[in-house]
Amino acid sequence: MSVGQVLRALVRDRLALAGIIIVGGFVLLAIFAPLIAPYDPDAIHRVDGRVARLLPPSSQFLLGTTNLGRDVFSQVVMGSRIALQVGLLAAFMVTFVGTNVGLIAGYFGGRIDAFLMRIVDILYGIPFTPFVILLVSLLEPSVWNIIIAVSLLTWRTVARICRAQVLSLAQRPFVKAARVAGASHLRIMYRHILPNILPIALLEMSFVVAWAVIAEASVSFIGFGDPRAVSWGKILHSAFIAGAVRTAPWWVAPPGIAIVLLVLGVHFITRGLESIVNPRLRGE
Amino acid sequence: MLAFMARRLLQAAVSLFVLLTIVFFMFRLLPANPVDAMVDAALGPEAIARLYAEFGLDQPLWQQYVLYLKNIITKGDFGMSFFFRQPAVDILADKIVNTLILAITALVVAYALGTLWGALLAWYRGSAFETAGITAALTFKAAPEFWVGMIFVMIFAYGLGWLPHSGMREPGYEETSVLLKYLNLDFLRHLILPATVAALGSIATPTLLMRNTMLEVMHEDFVELAKAKGLSTLRIIYLHAARNALLPVVTSLATNLGRAVGGMVLVEYVFSWPGLGREIVLAATRYDYPVAQAAFLMIAALVMLMNIVADLLYGYLDPRIVYK
Repeated sequence: MSVGQVLRALVRDRLALAGIIIVGGFVLLAIFAPLIAPYDPDAIHRVDGRVARLLPPSSQFLLGTTNLGRDVFSQVVMGSRIALQVGLLAAFMVTFVGTNVGLIAGYFGGRIDAFLMRIVDILYGIPFTPFVILLVSLLEPSVWNIIIAVSLLTWRTVARICRAQVLSLAQRPFVKAARVAGASHLRIMYRHILPNILPIALLEMSFVVAWAVIAEASVSFIGFGDPRAVSWGKILHSAFIAGAVRTAPWWVAPPGIAIVLLVLGVHFITRGLESIVNPRLRGE
Repeated sequence: MLAFMARRLLQAAVSLFVLLTIVFFMFRLLPANPVDAMVDAALGPEAIARLYAEFGLDQPLWQQYVLYLKNIITKGDFGMSFFFRQPAVDILADKIVNTLILAITALVVAYALGTLWGALLAWYRGSAFETAGITAALTFKAAPEFWVGMIFVMIFAYGLGWLPHSGMREPGYEETSVLLKYLNLDFLRHLILPATVAALGSIATPTLLMRNTMLEVMHEDFVELAKAKGLSTLRIIYLHAARNALLPVVTSLATNLGRAVGGMVLVEYVFSWPGLGREIVLAATRYDYPVAQAAFLMIAALVMLMNIVADLLYGYLDPRIVYK
């Protein structure tokens, strides 16, 4: 099944379509964030000469203000940029590395396969969240380091799944025919086998987007977020430290709802992809 | 079988060794130097040199590495905590139990409820109920556990005042016996919120898996027979069909046990649950690398152990699986 066919089937799936609309909405929000956000997210607002601390939602501050008099709505809008940046870049890197490792291991087999899969086995023993937290704290917090930490570990799944696919594909007649016709290894791998594993790679990619968004939020929530960027996790970090669970629900709820919506949209798409790649799940 | 066990254990040992090495160099070669972070520049050069010597940081890197491995393997010694000035292992010992209690409780609850729910979803496939059910499961999966935790604290701890918002025991608790330490009402009350949040976070996997395997079972003849006999729907779902769809769900419980142990970090952090995950976060913020390192390795070892248990459980539950 080609990628074009996959996409067409995806749009016909109700939940997947909802997912595409949600994620598309967030992409637009991120692109136009500076135009949509009414204020600078770091600006400290004053009302009647006093800092506007912990004001509940009003027409002036749609989602209220923080303990430092910052506008929550502007922060949440700007936060969409980091979430999407981390989600998409990590997913792209992971899919790129994972697919290539899977392709090489499955195609060449033998020692190369054994070596690469040993590495994957070891990576499987590493717990994800603690690893990301430790690495980011050691590398010093930045958006890029979060992306790197997430990517370093998650390619293991993509590689394993792609390898399994390649192993069976490599035995198919069309691959043998290509070989007999004198095609080079590279040509067989990337021209004949790769298109067949792309739908699965796409599915894995959408898993990674969800993981990466949550991982960024988690790391920032703990306090290892990029100090220069506004992210949903960081807003929640400040809210948690300031004890907003007791005093300011309008500060706690919105960033979380934004995360849930974005990740839910991604999950909807993932589910659609899953039932296309593996038709048995449709249960018809 | 024995050969399989031996090979799996050997594999885990090799993985752990590689992990020990990676962690050692990760902590020493990356930009944030643990010693600089620990040592106050105002101490003066002699005091700094003494501190370096105290923690063995004045030796060349490879000697430190050999010593580090030797101490771990022969004495189970992960070094001294920079912060507490105590062996890291002593600080972490009872935290392992706390993490395991939380993780296992959460996982058992998630799998019990998820199985029941997933079976219903499969039975009513194609209906609005199914779409709503799947959406709910995916929403719980999409919600970051630390945020759900904050919302629950807001509602159940501060709003309604039903449950404590953090910690594992009321202050002033005195230990009377090891068993009663965990079998008392106070401990249980503190466990409810974090365990519920963690369970909700992992309920999607068993729910969706159960739905999928149920779909395969539902068209079997014995289900038709049960329907023809006029049994009630609930009886058919849970006593006839679900039993035969359970196997993949139970095996996934085993594989997820390892992941759950590693995934408690944020729940522990939000609820100040004194477990391994929270200790990692605290140690990382205090630049207390021996503790962070030891806690990380312990979580990794637990994950590997759980994976081996899962492999064995597989064979026990499904005799078609042959160990080679």
